[in-house]
Amino acid sequence: MSQTSLATAGSVAPVKGKRPVTRSFWRNVLRRLLQDRFTMVCFGVLMLIILAAIFAPLIAPHDPYRTSMARRLIAPGDARYWLGTDELGRDLLSRLIYGGRLSLFTGFTPVLLATLIGGALGIIAGYVGGAVNMLIMRVIDVFYAFPSVLLAVAISGVLGAGIGNTILSLTLVFIPPVARVAESVATQMRAQDFVEAARATGAANWRIVTAHVVPNVTGPILSYASSLISVSIVLASGLSFLGLGITPPEPEWGLMLNTLRQAIYVAPLNAVIPGAMIFITSMCFNLMSDGLRSAMDVKQ
Amino acid sequence: MSAIPTETDPRDRGGPAQPLLIVEGLKKHFPIRGGLLGRPQAWVQAVDGVDLVVDKGETLGIVGESGCGKSTTARLLMHLMTPDAGEIIFDGEAVGALRGLSVRDLRRQMQMVFQDSYSSLNPRMTIEDSIAFGLVAQGTSGQEAKTRAASMLRMVGLTPDMFAQRYPHELSGGQRQRVNIARALTMSPRLLILDEAVSALDKSVEAQVLNLLQDLKRKLELTYIFISHDLNVIQYMSDRVLVMYLGKAVEIGPVDAIYREPKHPYTRALLSSRPSMDPRRRMSKPPLSGDPPNPINPPSGCRFRTRCPIAEDVCAAVVPTLGSIAGGEAHTVACHAHRPGSGHSAAPAEGAVH
Repeated sequence: MSQTSLATAGSVAPVKGKRPVTRSFWRNVLRRLLQDRFTMVCFGVLMLIILAAIFAPLIAPHDPYRTSMARRLIAPGDARYWLGTDELGRDLLSRLIYGGRLSLFTGFTPVLLATLIGGALGIIAGYVGGAVNMLIMRVIDVFYAFPSVLLAVAISGVLGAGIGNTILSLTLVFIPPVARVAESVATQMRAQDFVEAARATGAANWRIVTAHVVPNVTGPILSYASSLISVSIVLASGLSFLGLGITPPEPEWGLMLNTLRQAIYVAPLNAVIPGAMIFITSMCFNLMSDGLRSAMDVKQ
Repeated sequence: MSAIPTETDPRDRGGPAQPLLIVEGLKKHFPIRGGLLGRPQAWVQAVDGVDLVVDKGETLGIVGESGCGKSTTARLLMHLMTPDAGEIIFDGEAVGALRGLSVRDLRRQMQMVFQDSYSSLNPRMTIEDSIAFGLVAQGTSGQEAKTRAASMLRMVGLTPDMFAQRYPHELSGGQRQRVNIARALTMSPRLLILDEAVSALDKSVEAQVLNLLQDLKRKLELTYIFISHDLNVIQYMSDRVLVMYLGKAVEIGPVDAIYREPKHPYTRALLSSRPSMDPRRRMSKPPLSGDPPNPINPPSGCRFRTRCPIAEDVCAAVVPTLGSIAGGEAHTVACHAHRPGSGHSAAPAEGAVH
């Protein structure tokens, strides 16, 4: 008996040999993303916008704050002001480059905060279950019941204008959907045998959560959160547009769209440009999140 | 090999005569919630008063249809679920009792291998990390845990160089189940619960893993609780067999006695449902018809009476308890037809000598 079993064991595992190439999940995702040309184009455009915003003082051709009544609303294509000027005669290209800083910041930060807070809440609710789940998720549901735009406007309206309040209100808007995604995945994970097996070794709950639950929840949360960035940029711009977000004279795409709106019959192209930037940026984030999702959504 | 235990295990408290595991009145009822306030509307009686004894070094097979409570029993023994009632005594110490064995200590001595080899491994962890996780969680240093993981991989017939750094999806079902066995053994358990551990494997791999298990049991002086719905596998692996039906043990006995002379009508039906290679033993009638009754509202008295060919009035009225049969103290059966004076027409006369 001993002989047969040793023989069968040997037949299953080749005795010697080079270790096969093995890839972790995230390395596989990265490899697939690099092969996805469409996603890489979106990534390139976004990197361009982000780098331009970071190095704005170096590349902006003009001072974004300098006004001049003499050169108001120059049409795009001008030799000196490539994208024209706004209603106060400020260079539009420079303001777009500088505006990217605030627009991207207010787009990115709420999603990041909401992912951390909502993710943690969802994982706790999903892993612990029972009454804790009930308590967390029902409170989340109350927030979730409001349309996101309405909720953001309401919170910003109460707190007042300003960048800090914009970020706070958008964070509150995004926590519930992130928490729901995290909760549903964490609940699934809790029922998996590998979590049971980990419990059977007598490991502490925090260790099981960090080693077994979090790594498996990260993927779905990440792909969902990346799709929220575009929503966040649009919402932040929308708040600025309504006068609830960034205050003048800071350059910000939504605010620029708002002030140029009055000139839409005089200089329609100038008015469209900030809107186009919002559109391009949020679309690139959206397409990238789609790419990320399909890169992760492969049966291994 | 270093893993071979020396003469006596220092954890062996009660000596060879003390059963490793005694379970009394194990019970788990799941609520079915409904209504506005989520109050329990009904109870699924998944495990309803199971008693069992596992001696040191033996393999107890647990067999029964799907849904009869086999897996729930395993999870209750591991305390992955809290039993509603019942006592678990491990090597003479009551689990969870004051001055008894803590659940944490119990889990160091008892481990489990699950049926689904894929879902029992974390897809984001390397094989090495999965095996070492339990030790690291118990405070062993990372390096030491890795060394132990490698030696466990070798013990289940997988070359560490080839497999330690791989991910579960890169392994076959049989290899994954070997990894699961290695993970359980890393904790140096004395009792290993194998919950349908080979059921999902194809036949040739199943045979290899069964041989591996037999081998490991001898080398590491393990005790097994082997759960399966496969009667042939149970017969091959077990020393004693417990037959479960709808959350209750209906017959317990030595494997030879049960397979040669099954007493409970359910055990008989189970055994005659085995496909036979012999055309002369071919049957045209199914040994049992219908599905097991709903465990939410199990039949009164004997739970098997609705499908039993010899059911009588007494079976609906009185719940049969496990009792020894004539000629074998170790062989017990819960059936009125075998209990003297039960009122069943087939029952042996009262006062019959056992």
